[in-house]
Amino acid sequence: MTIKVKQPGLATSVQDGGREGYYHLGIPPSGALDQYALRSANLLVGNHASTSALECSLLGPQLEFRSDALVAVTGARMQPRVDGSERPLDTAFMVRSGQVLSFDYPKAGARSYLAIAGGIDVPVVLESRSTYALGALGGWQGRKLAKDDELPLGRASPKAIEGRTLPLSLVPVYDREATLRVVPGLYIHRLTDEAVERFFDDTWTVGSEADRIGYRFKGGQAMQFRPREQPFGAGSDPSNIVDACYPIGSIQIPGGLEPIVLLRDAVSGGGYATIGTVISADLDLIGQLQPNHKAQFVRVTLEQALEARRQYQQRIQRLASFLDN
Amino acid sequence: MNRLQTTPVTPIRYSIAGDEHLFAEVSESMSLEAFFRAMAITRAVEKLALPGVLDVCLANASFQIRFNPDLIHPLALLEQLEALESSTTAERRIDTRIIEVPVLYDDPWTNETQSRFRDRHQDPSSTDLQYAARINGYDETQAFIAAHSGTPWFVSMVGFVAGLPFMYQMVEQDRQLQVPKYLRPRTDTPKLTLGHGGCFGCIYSVRGAGGYQMFGVTPAPIYDPQQGLPYLRESMVFFRAGDIVQFKPIDRTAYDAAIVEVEAGRFDLRIRAVRFDLDAFQADPQACIHALKEALHDD
Repeated sequence: MTIKVKQPGLATSVQDGGREGYYHLGIPPSGALDQYALRSANLLVGNHASTSALECSLLGPQLEFRSDALVAVTGARMQPRVDGSERPLDTAFMVRSGQVLSFDYPKAGARSYLAIAGGIDVPVVLESRSTYALGALGGWQGRKLAKDDELPLGRASPKAIEGRTLPLSLVPVYDREATLRVVPGLYIHRLTDEAVERFFDDTWTVGSEADRIGYRFKGGQAMQFRPREQPFGAGSDPSNIVDACYPIGSIQIPGGLEPIVLLRDAVSGGGYATIGTVISADLDLIGQLQPNHKAQFVRVTLEQALEARRQYQQRIQRLASFLDN
Repeated sequence: MNRLQTTPVTPIRYSIAGDEHLFAEVSESMSLEAFFRAMAITRAVEKLALPGVLDVCLANASFQIRFNPDLIHPLALLEQLEALESSTTAERRIDTRIIEVPVLYDDPWTNETQSRFRDRHQDPSSTDLQYAARINGYDETQAFIAAHSGTPWFVSMVGFVAGLPFMYQMVEQDRQLQVPKYLRPRTDTPKLTLGHGGCFGCIYSVRGAGGYQMFGVTPAPIYDPQQGLPYLRESMVFFRAGDIVQFKPIDRTAYDAAIVEVEAGRFDLRIRAVRFDLDAFQADPQACIHALKEALHDD
C-alpha cells in the first residue's frame, strides 16, 4: 500500500486541513492552500474532507502505484494521466498496481490536489499530517517530495466508489485575475490617504517570490507613509514597526514597495507594517494564482467578511451533502 | 507580590484583522514595561479559555489572537479583551532562566549570504556588521561586538519561524543598538544566524527568508522536531518569552568543536534558573545585570 515518487514535480507536499494552536511558537497552520479543492478531492474518494492528500504546484509529480487505489484530482486544471492516457478531473478513478499517474501543465490555476482513498499515512505531528517545510515538520520527512520517496497509504473506507464526479456547479473557475477582499486595518494608518487609494486602485501582478509562505505582488505604485519620528525599537525605515504578529492573510509592505500576502505557511510575525488582511473566504484563490497572474485588492467591512465566510461555508456544505453519502 | 503599575499606560490599540484574527498593539515603541503588560493580558486570555480561541500569540509590545469566528464573534472577543485590559495587573517579577549562547561573529556563511543580497541593503558597500557599527557610532566592528555581547538580552517574542526568539537588550534605552531592517527582505538566511532589526536581536532557528541585519552564527540548535539534544527534550522549541540570553563570542576553532558535539548529540547549553524583577532592573540595571551574570556562572 504505497506509491513511489518517480518525479517529484516542482513542489509536491503532503497537506491536510492544517494544525492550530502552535502559531505562538512560530509554527503556522500549514495545510492545503486551497481548502475547498482539498475537501472536494477527499470527498470524491470517500475520505473525511480534511484527510492528508498531495498538493501539487505548477509542475505535477509522476507517481508509481504499488497497489490498486482510488484517486481523484481537483483544483488547478492539471489533466491527470495514467500510463499516458487521460483521466477526468473532479472524478474518482482507479489506478492499478504498477501504473504511473502523471499530470499535464495547468491550463488554469496553480495547485492541484490528489486525494487517495485512505489518505497518505505519514505520522501525525502536532495534530496534523501537513508539511511545514520551513520548520522541517510533518508531512513526508518534513519536506516536499523527492525522487524515490515511497509514501505509505491508509486504508480506504467503504465509501470509496469509482466514478463519482463533481457537478460543474461545484467546480470553481480559476481565473488569471483574482479579486481579493481585504479588511483594512493593522498599520494602515501609517500610510498617506493617497497611498491607500492607490493600493486599492492598482492592479497587482504576482511576482516570482510566491510560495506557501506568502505571495509577493509587483507592478503597483510605491506607497508613501505619513511622516513621523519612528518609535523606539522599530528601525528607521518608515515601513518598519516594532516587530509584531502577522495574521494569516495579512498584507505587509516592506519599503512601501511590493505587498506580500501571507498564506498558511506564514511567518508568524516581523517588523514590516501590515495594512490589512485578506478575508478567509478568499485565501483559497491566492494559492491558485501563478506568477504573472493579476490581483485586485478590494476593501470590505468585518460584516462583509463574515457574510463571505457564511457563503463559503454554504458552498462547502453543498459539496459535502452532494458527495458525503 | 503584585503591585499597580506606576508609569502611565496608554490604551491598547485593537485592530480586527480579516475574520480570524484580532491584533492588539500595547505600545508603538518597545519597552519591557509594554512587554510585561502584553504578557499579563495574554496570560489572562489563556486562563479564560474562551471557546473559539485557537491561539494567543505574544509579541514584543503587542499580541494577536487567532480565533474561529463561527464560535466567537470578533466583537464579543474584542469586548472581553477590553475588560481584561482594565482589570489585569502586570506581574513585575518572573521566575525564568538565563542561558549562555555561544556566537561566532563575522562568520563566513552570513558574509556569503550578505553578498548575494546586497541590492536589498541600505549600504551595499559595507557588510551588515560594518554598517551596524558605523550607524551606532562605533569605529570598529570589534567594539560593536563587545557592546552586543556585553550585557544580557530578554526574549520578548517567539515566532516569525518555528521557535525564533526576538531579544531585547537589557541596557538603558540610549545604549540600545538600533539598525533598520533590509529594504526588501532576503529570500535566504543561514540557519542559526544572529540577526538584528530595529532594537531587536534574534536567532534564526531555521534557514529561510529574513529582513534583519546578520552579525554571526551560533552552533547551538534552538529548534528541532527530532528533539535530539538534551536541552530540547522537553520541547522542540527551546526558547520561551521571558528567557534571558547572554551571548559569548567564540572563535572558529571553538565553533567547529561545538558543531562536532552537536552532531554527536552531546552538545549542551549553560542554563541557570533566575528571578527577574522589572522594578529592580529599572531602578539599577547595572546591579541587576551583575546579579544575572553571577547566577549564570554560579557553580
